[in-house]
Amino acid sequence: MKPEIDVAELKEIISHSPQKPSSLIAVLQDIQRKFHYLPPEAIKETSSALGVPLSQVYSVATFYSAFSLEPRGKHTCRICMGTACHIKGAPMALEQAEDQLGIKAGQTTPDLRFTLEVVNCVGACAMAPVVIIDEKYYGNVRVDKMKRYLDGVRDED
Amino acid sequence: MKIDSPDKLNAWKEECLQKDAKLKKKVMVCFGPGCLAAGCREIYAKFEEILAERKLGDITLESFKKTGCHGLCEKGPLVVIEPEGIFYNRVRTSQVKDIVEKTLAKGEIIERLLYKNPKTKERVLKYHDIDFYKKQTRLALRNLGHIDPDNIEDYVMRDGYQSVAKVLTGMTPEEVIDEVKLSGIRGRGGGGFPAGRKWATCRGVESDVRYVICNGDEGDPGAFMDRSIMEGDPHSVLEGMIVASYAVGARDAYIYVREEYPLAVQHLYQAIDDAKEHGFLGENIMGTDFSLDIHISRGGGAFVCGESSALMKSVAGEVGEPRAKYIHSVVKGLWDKPTVLNNVETFANIPLIMNKGGDWFRSIGTEKSTGTKAFSLVGKVENTGLIEVPMGTTLREIIYDIGGGIKDGRKFKAVQTGGPSGGCLPEDKLDLPVDFDTLTKAGSMMGSGGMIVMDDHTCMVDVAKYFLKFLVDESCGKDVPCREGLYQLHKMVVKVTEGKASEADLQLMEHLSKYIIMGSLCGLGKSGPNPFLSTVRYFRDEYLAHIIDKKCPGGVCRDLIRFEINDKCTGCTACIAPCPVDAITGEKDKIHILDQEKCTKCGACYAVCQFDAIDII
Ligand SMILES: Cc1cc2nc3c(=O)[nH]c(=O)nc-3n(C[C@H](O)[C@H](O)[C@H](O)COP(=O)(O)O)c2cc1C
Ligand code: SF4
Ligand code: FES
Repeated sequence: MKPEIDVAELKEIISHSPQKPSSLIAVLQDIQRKFHYLPPEAIKETSSALGVPLSQVYSVATFYSAFSLEPRGKHTCRICMGTACHIKGAPMALEQAEDQLGIKAGQTTPDLRFTLEVVNCVGACAMAPVVIIDEKYYGNVRVDKMKRYLDGVRDED
Repeated sequence: MKIDSPDKLNAWKEECLQKDAKLKKKVMVCFGPGCLAAGCREIYAKFEEILAERKLGDITLESFKKTGCHGLCEKGPLVVIEPEGIFYNRVRTSQVKDIVEKTLAKGEIIERLLYKNPKTKERVLKYHDIDFYKKQTRLALRNLGHIDPDNIEDYVMRDGYQSVAKVLTGMTPEEVIDEVKLSGIRGRGGGGFPAGRKWATCRGVESDVRYVICNGDEGDPGAFMDRSIMEGDPHSVLEGMIVASYAVGARDAYIYVREEYPLAVQHLYQAIDDAKEHGFLGENIMGTDFSLDIHISRGGGAFVCGESSALMKSVAGEVGEPRAKYIHSVVKGLWDKPTVLNNVETFANIPLIMNKGGDWFRSIGTEKSTGTKAFSLVGKVENTGLIEVPMGTTLREIIYDIGGGIKDGRKFKAVQTGGPSGGCLPEDKLDLPVDFDTLTKAGSMMGSGGMIVMDDHTCMVDVAKYFLKFLVDESCGKDVPCREGLYQLHKMVVKVTEGKASEADLQLMEHLSKYIIMGSLCGLGKSGPNPFLSTVRYFRDEYLAHIIDKKCPGGVCRDLIRFEINDKCTGCTACIAPCPVDAITGEKDKIHILDQEKCTKCGACYAVCQFDAIDII
């Protein structure tokens, strides 16, 4: 279930940066921001526009965690796994979220509803453990509350 | 308006001060990372909404400022009212109207919004009377909470860009470097290399092009100092970079910012635009022939890119794999040109050193570690927050006097510094002074400034497992000792947490650690075993408890613990619904029963029980 990609739009995004190899990361970031993932067309177009071998584009796209080669869900549930959150029980919250969504961290539900991610310290350690769903922060998360948070988002749809 | 001479800068500063003096009151709403998460945007919006409807005499929307982190994140959202310095904490949107009607309109203090001293239970009226702030010396964080980071006038008012004026019009690059050397400042990014020496080496290399880079990658997974500075006082970083670029002779400079910090990027762009408009960046700065452009390079979310050579590859658009250390980046760095790389906090200190002198700077801190250091003090302490103390302050002072001690009156177990490359120190090391050399000698390290406090509910083996997992995920994979060694070490630590390891395994792990340290290419691998080594050094008992007694004293490792309901259970039924696997049964007012077969040890019941009726055994 891959979304259609408008190649003209892709070219337009690529054209914003200087057309040289050193723009590679910046270009991929722009594409990622727009489409929330790097479609195969993006890798090809970027490669020919910047004059970087396909293999190298692919290598950069898979090295950095900011890039995703899979389409992402409508909602993102991010669980902080920073040190402060870890010692205050973040692993339990993650496990609950994985159970609730039926996916592992880093994956997207097949209906493209949710993407589950782990992040490191978001600077809100005072409220550890922290879960962020879309832009909303939930602090002092208790394991039993994960279901309610996710249901809340589901209900809003 | 271009500022092209020190006189013009001073005249502008005067203008800004006068403009500021006209504001009878200033309401500083904290927009630091912690307060943002706690909902300060809504607080600010509410103020705007009320002000739109209601006239407040002299107080207009101009009086309201979105500031950087005030530090006491624990009590956010924070609102500080100047000039009195009234400190309101845990403000809720519903209370904003009261602040406007009572405090702003009539000058009345709202008792219940004031900070309460946890020891004396007294309310504290003013910012600086709070214990948390008393022991701090804020240099790198000097402007955080006092200025609107998007407003260059606020910065200029507080001596902003004075060092640029001073240095460019009155000092040679060599004099600048000498002053930095005199200050003794060492890099705040973790390594602690003397900044002055780095600059001097770079300048000494024959080359037509040189670069300056600011390391804003902040990969330590429990730290937010650099983020707070970039978000709350971006000009101070730019100013430090301008001075450095002048000193080493760079025409272009880069700030490498972590992907996860969009707000920092936004504020830095704004700051760069404003600095350019006023002639602090661009062509012919201060009317001299020195020109500089600062560019922003956004990281891609890889911890190893905080390492200097990997970072430079990443700026150039490549995969961030480190290279061998015998090629120094000060000689051959970005695009193979001599490059100075310093940390955000290091740069933020530079303007002060230039304005007040190296001698002044070295009078703070200890002989070998001069100045101050910012920390994000987090974990199981009462006052989580962003702090800055003179080097040489003891861990005890930080944790107990500033941090207010351990949360919920529990017992201290360890403090972790230095991020994934650092280590954990036990109680008997609490009186050690915090400086680069002492912490390293004790088996931890200063690191970039994450300080995580742990209580007796923390398992030290689990902590080692956590950091090793982090490093296994983040190793770039270039060399075998790091890629495979850390992987195996992590697997063995997991074995310990499962109660399946033997004492011989422990020896094997120590052995393996030695080879990982010897054989790894970059700092990630070289210090990778530290989390294991420091915990096994100071908390061997805990490892042995897992190995021999098959027990986890911290009550964390799932394979070794069991949840049980004790006779304190009042039969309140609160734990029945939260249990995801329906392992708890019972009726109201009767002791509940926990089915060990079903229990997945998720801890939900423990978290909800109000009566201490769940034991972790
Ligand atoms: C794996 C690894 C990660 C690092 N991450 C950071 C970082 O996030 N921020 C930082 O300032 N320095 C980091 N460093 C240290 C840098 O390599 C470099 O020493 C530092 O930025 C130099 O600046 P300073 O001298 O001002 O500290 C890291 C080093 C290693 C080996
Ligand atoms: S030590 Fe690890 S992270 Fe560093 S270069 Fe080697 S494999 Fe990469
Ligand atoms: S560790 Fe989770 S917010 Fe800092």
